[in-house]
Amino acid sequence: MAARVDQATDAQLLRQLIDGQLPDGRGRYGPFGGCYAPETLMPALRRLASASSDILDQASFQARLSTELADWVGRPTPLTPARGLGASWGAEVWLKREDLAHTGAHKINNALGQALLAQEMGARRVVAETGAGQHGVATAAACARVGIPCSVYMGEIDIERQSPNVDRMRRLGAEVIAVTGGDRTLRAAIDEAFRDWVSDPEGTYYLLGSAVGPHPYPFLVQRLQAVIGNEARAQLLHRSGALADAVFACVGGGSNAIGLFHPLLGDEQTLLFGIEAGGEGAGLGQHSATLAHGKPGVLHGSYSMLLQDVNGQVQETHSVSAGLDYPGVGPEHALLASIGRVHYDTATDEEALDALAECCLLEGILPALETAHAFAGARRWAASNPGKRILIGLSGRGDKDMPTLTKVRPGGQHATA
Amino acid sequence: MQRHELISDTLRSVRASGRVPLVAFLTAGYPRVDRFADDLREVCAHADIVEIGVPFTDPMADGVTIQRSSEAALAAGVSLSWILEQLRDMESRPGTPLLLMSYLNPLLAYGLDRLADDAAAAGVSGFIVPDLPFDESGDFRVSMQGEGLALVQLVTPITPDERLRQVCDASSGFVYAVTVAGITGGATALPEGMHDYLERVRAVSTIPVCAGFGIRSAQQVSAIGEHADGVIVGSALVETMERGESAGAFLDSLRPAS
Repeated sequence: MAARVDQATDAQLLRQLIDGQLPDGRGRYGPFGGCYAPETLMPALRRLASASSDILDQASFQARLSTELADWVGRPTPLTPARGLGASWGAEVWLKREDLAHTGAHKINNALGQALLAQEMGARRVVAETGAGQHGVATAAACARVGIPCSVYMGEIDIERQSPNVDRMRRLGAEVIAVTGGDRTLRAAIDEAFRDWVSDPEGTYYLLGSAVGPHPYPFLVQRLQAVIGNEARAQLLHRSGALADAVFACVGGGSNAIGLFHPLLGDEQTLLFGIEAGGEGAGLGQHSATLAHGKPGVLHGSYSMLLQDVNGQVQETHSVSAGLDYPGVGPEHALLASIGRVHYDTATDEEALDALAECCLLEGILPALETAHAFAGARRWAASNPGKRILIGLSGRGDKDMPTLTKVRPGGQHATA
Repeated sequence: MQRHELISDTLRSVRASGRVPLVAFLTAGYPRVDRFADDLREVCAHADIVEIGVPFTDPMADGVTIQRSSEAALAAGVSLSWILEQLRDMESRPGTPLLLMSYLNPLLAYGLDRLADDAAAAGVSGFIVPDLPFDESGDFRVSMQGEGLALVQLVTPITPDERLRQVCDASSGFVYAVTVAGITGGATALPEGMHDYLERVRAVSTIPVCAGFGIRSAQQVSAIGEHADGVIVGSALVETMERGESAGAFLDSLRPAS
């Protein structure tokens, strides 16, 4: 468990990860991961672990998933050359446009895949959690498409700051349940979704939206999101004739980042950067930068990095972006940080808001506040590394953030204009 | 005698005397942090085993009552270190065997290497860790061995037969048979098939089997007591205490009239 010293070297662990040998049979990525769930859920998690390899690998399932990804999600999503940002930063910048996927974010890749899996497994209903509302909307849409009823748990703070998405979920047929306990954001919504699932582990399917949670969720979500990195790699080679020098993605739980990074882990010349929410500063409760400031611990079923106090109590977090406002991070990211394959850095609320404004004006694209953190990280790196080829995971569109933007940046002015 | 045997022997001897053993749960420092020692003494005087709940910010297996009590206890400054200190410094510590019920992360943060020593020094006989399934419990079990502390494992009505055997073999003190799939403090009606389920657990367990989740009345205690070696009461006791009513009187009211 926690304190076990892993004998494998960093290079060996990276090789195992690239070769598909991790997670191991116990759901471990080196020391991280595992399955710390209440006993009531263990049989369901075992079934899901078998299904995530068996069913997912079936040709008939893959064919159905590919068809739906093309016809309904709109994949492949484009790779857009960002000429305005490139000129401004002195770099060659490419954007992987998950904002153009159906429902406006990468979340749909996972939601559709798991909804199809839930149906194959005979689930009667689906439950999900949501922070920014993007996973909730994606789940509501996927369940409507597949034909399974769904309930989405959402913290009441998030309901207020992402209100357009609440209405969207309801119109797509989902029941949205406000979570009034705990921290009233994503973390409390996950607690509550687990409680729901514990009450009906055999009939209900828990459609977890990030690369977190007990095994097999981090693995399942990575597999379903890897389409981002696989497409982007092929598109960049085709368009530019070369791989990226540096790749940037925002990291909350880390699903879009792991989807983009995982297929690129073997490209040794490509630097990978995960950008966490630096919030208002490095003090307790001011940020959601788990890998920058956290310590190892267990939350929501896996052993990973965690923002916690000396007593092991989970800390309150802050970010202007609801989707990054989470005190944990997926176990594969914890491993990638510990072996140094991915560099994790932070961007503050202000830096993200500036980057969002710049992207709007120079590219004609309104990215999500979460995504804006990746732009802020890329912009900072480009300033000290001129002339490089940069790939940014544009994980979602920012329409949902209009209430927040109107409040914190009325009139659209930005500090750096 | 090993500490885990103190738990199982207590359950057996109460049972042998013709009573259904009561295992009572209270959240440490709730509803009043300054009355923890008094509350614990009172609960101990009216129960056979006492579980002391270590509050956690994310109690994902618990219902609203334990969520509320955990949140309030944390706000009042309760921590695992504080609980162990209180127990260590208690004058006339009760003779009733004590278990700590905690989610895993507060235990990891405390440090497994010193947890067993400090828990034993505080008079604790073992642990219940709801998010530490049998499969992940190896290191924890090893660190508890030196002091002979119990690790009570949970089973549920949907635990498959082979797993049931493994979990019962790995459990010490007693086997915690959750009566319903769900969170603590939920359904009050006893589920159909419960008797068969409890007998199935008893058939494979070599240590006592205690049943809990949603127990609120003497009738339930009596019905479950026919098929279990002890009955666990949690949320209902916490609610009694938060209403300012007597914990002792409530626990006495659960005992079937003999």
